[in-house]
Amino acid sequence: MNQQARSPEMFEELAVPLFDSLFNFAHWLTHNREEAEDLVQETYAKALKGFSSFQLGTNFRAWMFRILRNTFLTSRTGLQAKMTVPLEPEEEEGPVVAAVTEETPESILLGRADQETVQRAIEQLSVPHREVILLSDVEEMKYEEIAQTLDIPIGTVMSRIARARRALRQLLQALPVAAKFGTGRSS
Amino acid sequence: MSCETWQEKIDAYVDAELSSDEMSRLDSHVRECPACAADAVRGVQLKRLTHSAGKRYTASPDFRKKVLAQIQSQPSRRFSWLGVPQFAAVAAMLVIAMLFWNHNAQLRQRDQVLAQVTDMHVSALASANPVDVVSSDRHTVKPWFQGKVPFTFNLPELQGTPFTLLGARLIYFEHAPAAQLLYQYQQHHISVFIMNDTPELDRELGKASLSRQLSFNVETWDAGGLCYMAVTDAEAQNLGTLVTLLKQASAKS
Repeated sequence: MNQQARSPEMFEELAVPLFDSLFNFAHWLTHNREEAEDLVQETYAKALKGFSSFQLGTNFRAWMFRILRNTFLTSRTGLQAKMTVPLEPEEEEGPVVAAVTEETPESILLGRADQETVQRAIEQLSVPHREVILLSDVEEMKYEEIAQTLDIPIGTVMSRIARARRALRQLLQALPVAAKFGTGRSS
Repeated sequence: MSCETWQEKIDAYVDAELSSDEMSRLDSHVRECPACAADAVRGVQLKRLTHSAGKRYTASPDFRKKVLAQIQSQPSRRFSWLGVPQFAAVAAMLVIAMLFWNHNAQLRQRDQVLAQVTDMHVSALASANPVDVVSSDRHTVKPWFQGKVPFTFNLPELQGTPFTLLGARLIYFEHAPAAQLLYQYQQHHISVFIMNDTPELDRELGKASLSRQLSFNVETWDAGGLCYMAVTDAEAQNLGTLVTLLKQASAKS
């Protein structure tokens, strides 16, 4: 790999297009605009500094998201989240099977769910569930890329996504009434 | 394979993470099993909802500038030795970045529209009554829309083709009435959505194209002031054949 391949221009070319996604992800993790800005800025600074160790040809997006996530987990908010929610609560449980039902009241509920209600439900997910939902459904990462980002096996990605969606459905079923009377909304 | 086994794979199915063999076996199972079909629909609905709701936060222009400056203030600018003024290089990069962001925003809007029609296609197939008018005759289906949608359209003659018209239904897309036609190709279903081509829709969809959405093939185009979107799990090539027939029919109007 030559020096030109790892130039600041190369970094800029790869990193700038990820800015919106990184900021959105950071805000979802921190629930706070200022902390999200600090997190994104620190991520770019670390990535720029460590770009010489990035192996070209591997997944740059997963590398950047991994830096952001690791930075978050060592931040004050991230450490608090770690202390209050077990990061790997689901891997010890058995296979995830969705409830089989021919009636679809949940389908009707999902059809009526508005964007704000879904956002409130995502907010209430634990950090491991929230991040896997965001990476899969918002960033549209493949399971392999999510596994690289979170540094976990693909099998764990699959089971965590299943559990995260189950938790999200439960929250959506519980939320509509609460949402009606809720007034708080983060920036 | 039992329903319970498939239930474990519904998320991977929705995420298009199954092998093509498993994908087609689960496709077949979903067509015969209402419970698994309902679960697949719920999965697609939830994914579409989180996809759209999850894109929530946007950085302020000031913060964007700050980070860009942080990245661009690095030494070894490639233009410096060419004698190009530094500010011109930075300005050019800012313009490129802005264009890229605009392009990304359009892609996100396009994704949302395509996710919406894919969702309607899956919902229709999972429904006990996927169409409002059941007929393979285009001369029955087309007049059925008179007075229901504010436009008219031509449908192709399918005699001698591998496609069959199953019927149609009235839908509402972005608060306006639109037509959904349902075709069959072998064991696959193809939904064709027809609606007025508004400037908003034009901006969201951009140029006509073929793309993938949750493992479905989606082709969009416009003709005669109407916007067409076709969704199917059939091969892109087969979808293309039906799209060509539809384009030829609309050119006759």
